[in-house]
Amino acid sequence: MRVSERFASLGSRCALIPFITAGDPDLETTAQALYRLDQQGADLIELGVPYSDPLADGPVIQAAATRALGRGVTLDAVLELVQTVSPHLQAPIILFTYYNPILNRGIPQFLRQVAQAGATGLVVPDLPLEEAESLLRPAADQGVELTLLVAPTSPAERIQRIVAQSQGFVYLVSVTGVTGARTQVAGRVADLLHQMRQMTTKPIGVGFGISQPEQARQVRDWGADAVIVGSAFVQRLHQPEPAAGLQSITDFCADLRHTLDQP
Amino acid sequence: MTTTPLAPGSTSAYAAPDALGRFGVFGGKYVPETLMPALAELEAAYQRYRQEEGFQQELQGLLRDYVGRPSPLYFAERLTAHYRQPSGAGPEIYLKREDLNHTGAHKINNALGQVLLALRMGKRRIIAETGAGQHGVATATVCARFGLDCVIYMGVHDMERQALNVFRMRLMGAEVRGVAAGTGTLKDATSEAIRDWVTNVETTHYILGSVAGPHPYPMIVRDFQAIIGQETRRQCQEKWGGLPDILLACVGGGSNAMGLFYEFVAEPTVRLIGVEAAGEGVSTGKHAATLTQGRIGVLHGAMSYLLQDSQGQVVEPHSISAGLDYPGVGPEHSYLKDLGRAEYYSVTDGEALAAFERVSRLEGIIPALETAHAFALLESLSQQLVGNPRLVINCSGRGDKDVQTVMRALG
Repeated sequence: MRVSERFASLGSRCALIPFITAGDPDLETTAQALYRLDQQGADLIELGVPYSDPLADGPVIQAAATRALGRGVTLDAVLELVQTVSPHLQAPIILFTYYNPILNRGIPQFLRQVAQAGATGLVVPDLPLEEAESLLRPAADQGVELTLLVAPTSPAERIQRIVAQSQGFVYLVSVTGVTGARTQVAGRVADLLHQMRQMTTKPIGVGFGISQPEQARQVRDWGADAVIVGSAFVQRLHQPEPAAGLQSITDFCADLRHTLDQP
Repeated sequence: MTTTPLAPGSTSAYAAPDALGRFGVFGGKYVPETLMPALAELEAAYQRYRQEEGFQQELQGLLRDYVGRPSPLYFAERLTAHYRQPSGAGPEIYLKREDLNHTGAHKINNALGQVLLALRMGKRRIIAETGAGQHGVATATVCARFGLDCVIYMGVHDMERQALNVFRMRLMGAEVRGVAAGTGTLKDATSEAIRDWVTNVETTHYILGSVAGPHPYPMIVRDFQAIIGQETRRQCQEKWGGLPDILLACVGGGSNAMGLFYEFVAEPTVRLIGVEAAGEGVSTGKHAATLTQGRIGVLHGAMSYLLQDSQGQVVEPHSISAGLDYPGVGPEHSYLKDLGRAEYYSVTDGEALAAFERVSRLEGIIPALETAHAFALLESLSQQLVGNPRLVINCSGRGDKDVQTVMRALG
């Protein structure tokens, strides 16, 4: 299912989008984690492709990527995993990858393989609007939606252009900074959400820094269509025993879902 | 004493980058959205102040009285004699003495220009990455001079092999933050500096030290370093009334090379030669020869040649010289390479060490290990030259910081 279709099917319910890094601790656990998250109420799932130089990521996701690469996890292996798992999931998979592995593969071939594997969304954190043009149309042609990011520092005129081009939804970065848990969500997010609402009817997802159910609920109450939680999942999944990690993210996902479903 | 304007006069036929920050296909801005407004702000400030008389006067005054410019163009008589062949052929070798600048390298030219921009943008906190420590020292220096907070990111491996520079930075009040990720070298320090900037962008200016990174950095750093080539042109004119025939410089990110080359890019008779680090040899995989061995990719905000594996993961480079130990290269060098305007070669750790000793003994000048790579190419290049071309080497830094590394390497 396409990302935009998934949002349409949810109506006014606030979507939950967990993020995990593919291949940490191993691909088998990643597959199990995807099934569990899907069963526990994840509406969409962001799957991080490990990269050697993750500029937009804080220590938790950096470390997860380093561990995955250390185990020899490749883009091909991640795509293979998606191909195996995605037919059994309700939640569409959004691939989160830096630009160089895409460029290295070749844009057309990369997009073909992503589409074949069954991922329907794409987030590329180091590809701002100006550079995204090379990817937006080819992605759309393959039925892959490329979601662009808005930051707290983006001026209104720029936000206008970003929301116009973004596909699937618009990703609002809630902090001036990299990924990773924060103790509170900046009040500025409420203003940005309000501002963006005037500009677009596309769904708006808020991510970076959200790690607790209460923060998720606050962002929902500010009017977000989706809450993206990353480092908190990656951290919980990182346990000496994969089974313990899986149980931990299962409980956490259920907890987030429960909180978001409360009035 | 003449002051040299930033805008070069002789390169009008060569206009790069374009409005999007592209040098051909290279360059651009591949950064998180959070930084895009800051890059736009920096570019606007630069375009405004580069033209402004007050800015230029302050910069030129400091370059003269604080840095000690112009740096001499020195005729290396014994080195020239060393490479003179029985036939009488061989280059006349001149050194552009950037090693005589305050802080001992060319890096101060850019750090000073950027700190004056930061002050005008109202940014009181400065961050920088450093490999060999020369850019870190230059940044710490200008921050001390203007009373600004200064944080330097440096790989833990580099902190060990450039311990002297770590001490110098701290002495001048900078906080040096060690980066243990990856191999603990320049690439990792740069990533961490960018993460800091993403987080503190509203109060912080990032003084990027090379002609790398997202636009407008490759342009700004080149322009602040272009004084090297501008002075060289004038000094050649004074010494022999003409142009140099060959320019030679080492290339890591490529700022000293770009600073020397830029003034002469539109002079077709001037050969431009950059020398990269071949580390333990390009066939071993342990090297930093990006232009000669890499493929096009994106690192730290720019499209350029890049050392990467078959999956598009950036590989860890190797060089005995911390300043060249980088898997990327400035986008303008990639452009000049593809245009065929500049040539790039590589020399090994061993060849650089031999040159380090040779220049020390023949000229009484201890070059930085980075700079020694440029000198090392003379071994092969001088054999191929016809007649007595005038060759200018950018003597980009002094080697005091490397003495311990060299002592260990030579056992």
